[in-house]
Amino acid sequence: MAMAAFRREGRRFLLSPISHKPSTVARSAILSEEFHPSGTRSISTQVVRNRMKSVRNIQKITKAMKMVAASKLRAVQVRTENSRGLWQPFTALLGDVPSVDVKKNVIVTITSDKGLCGGINSTSVKISKSLYKFTSGPEKETKYVVLGEKGKVQLVRDSKNSIEMTITELQKNPLNYTQVSVLADDILKNVEYDALRIIFNKFHSVVSFIPTVSTILSPEVVERESESGGKLGDLDSYEIEGSETKAEVLQNLAEFQFSCVLFNAALENACSELGARMSAMDSSSRNAGEMLDRLTLTYNRTRQASITTELIEIISGASALTG
Amino acid sequence: MYRQAPRLLIRALDGGRGGRLIGRAFSTDVPAASVEDSAFVEAWKKVAPNLEPPKTPLSFMRPRPPTPSSIPSKLTVNFVLPYQSEISNKEVDMVIVPATTGQMGVLPGHVATIAELKPGVLSVHDGNEVTKYVVSSGFAFIHANSIADIVAVEAVPVDRIDPSLVQKGLADFTQKLSSATTDLEKAEAQIGVDVHSALNAALSG
Repeated sequence: MAMAAFRREGRRFLLSPISHKPSTVARSAILSEEFHPSGTRSISTQVVRNRMKSVRNIQKITKAMKMVAASKLRAVQVRTENSRGLWQPFTALLGDVPSVDVKKNVIVTITSDKGLCGGINSTSVKISKSLYKFTSGPEKETKYVVLGEKGKVQLVRDSKNSIEMTITELQKNPLNYTQVSVLADDILKNVEYDALRIIFNKFHSVVSFIPTVSTILSPEVVERESESGGKLGDLDSYEIEGSETKAEVLQNLAEFQFSCVLFNAALENACSELGARMSAMDSSSRNAGEMLDRLTLTYNRTRQASITTELIEIISGASALTG
Repeated sequence: MYRQAPRLLIRALDGGRGGRLIGRAFSTDVPAASVEDSAFVEAWKKVAPNLEPPKTPLSFMRPRPPTPSSIPSKLTVNFVLPYQSEISNKEVDMVIVPATTGQMGVLPGHVATIAELKPGVLSVHDGNEVTKYVVSSGFAFIHANSIADIVAVEAVPVDRIDPSLVQKGLADFTQKLSSATTDLEKAEAQIGVDVHSALNAALSG
């Protein structure tokens, strides 16, 4: 069974001299050197050996990156789990209306700063762009606020004018609530909004991340929606405790909600990023291992072929002398 | 060829595990009823037919019980902080929250209220035991179905406060308040004085 596999592999190399993969091109180059008419021992084993060394190094590096991501993930996962209770009271009170129809929409996309984390940033950006189309229309304007280098790079390419603010290096120090609330304050001060939509990858498990959108309405829109009935209809039945007016309390509530939801979203996205990096590095080191196996076979084959040709030369030379 | 078999099997298992949303995730996150905003999903399909619509927080939350017709005997309390859920779904008799208008007692069957909190003492009464926390600020929502959600920025159980540090902090901030020049400094010093006097009151009262 194994021999049949080896033979098939050999046939594959011979039959596909022209291919897009540089590795197979290199292999066919090695093979063409093998069938050199002079019959001298080719130095093609050196080429293969160099390749093997570099692939082995890549495998070590990606394995190390996976370990680092796994250890970081354990710490952030605990904090994310603990922060999950934070957004539930707000959703219980104000409900969730992602299809609300407002004039000024702001899309807050949370992405990572570092790469090599699989496809999560591309998913977030794709969903942001679809949400942009979703919320656009006559008399409506939509703006982006981007958190994270990777999202900025992707969105700047075609929506440069719609980006209001970009924030990078969010995770220089471990995420904490104070930092995020200062950031939320910054965003709320500089951006006019009727509805804020936060897009992030919710951490479901180490191999699954769910793109999620959380909607936060400005106090005026909350008033409007509660008056018109529907999901927020029974907000009016809540008494406002305090000497401040309802508008002030709703304003504080919206700001507090935004900072809480943003904190949870940033933590979930950080968790998802680490999980995605873990699985990306894992599959990368596995691929490197497979590549190494194939290269080892090629190396042995070329080595044995060169030894065989030498032997043939010697024996034929000797038989020519005697016979 | 047979070498690849275990890898393919593991990949298939992984895909299955990730695809199904039941049972393998955190226990804090049960998508019990996937209540989705159907209007959103419909509108999304028109804009981006090939892309799965993103999930919304409602699909991740356990649905809340409806308002009962008679007043229930116990109050369900959720007390959350940014880094921890201090109390979740605990049935208690009474909760006293430090609202901006003063200490407000919440009993089962309390009218639905939204209250902003000021720095002060939050006490949870369950039978004969009373647990006290000092909260910095936040919001308290009391729903019609006798569920109280208290979201605070920072909270500390009263028995973990150091009295000497409280006195020192109070003295510091009072001094800063008197020597403050700009509005910002005054506001910051005032907040410091408020918090420390609340801590002081919590320790003594």
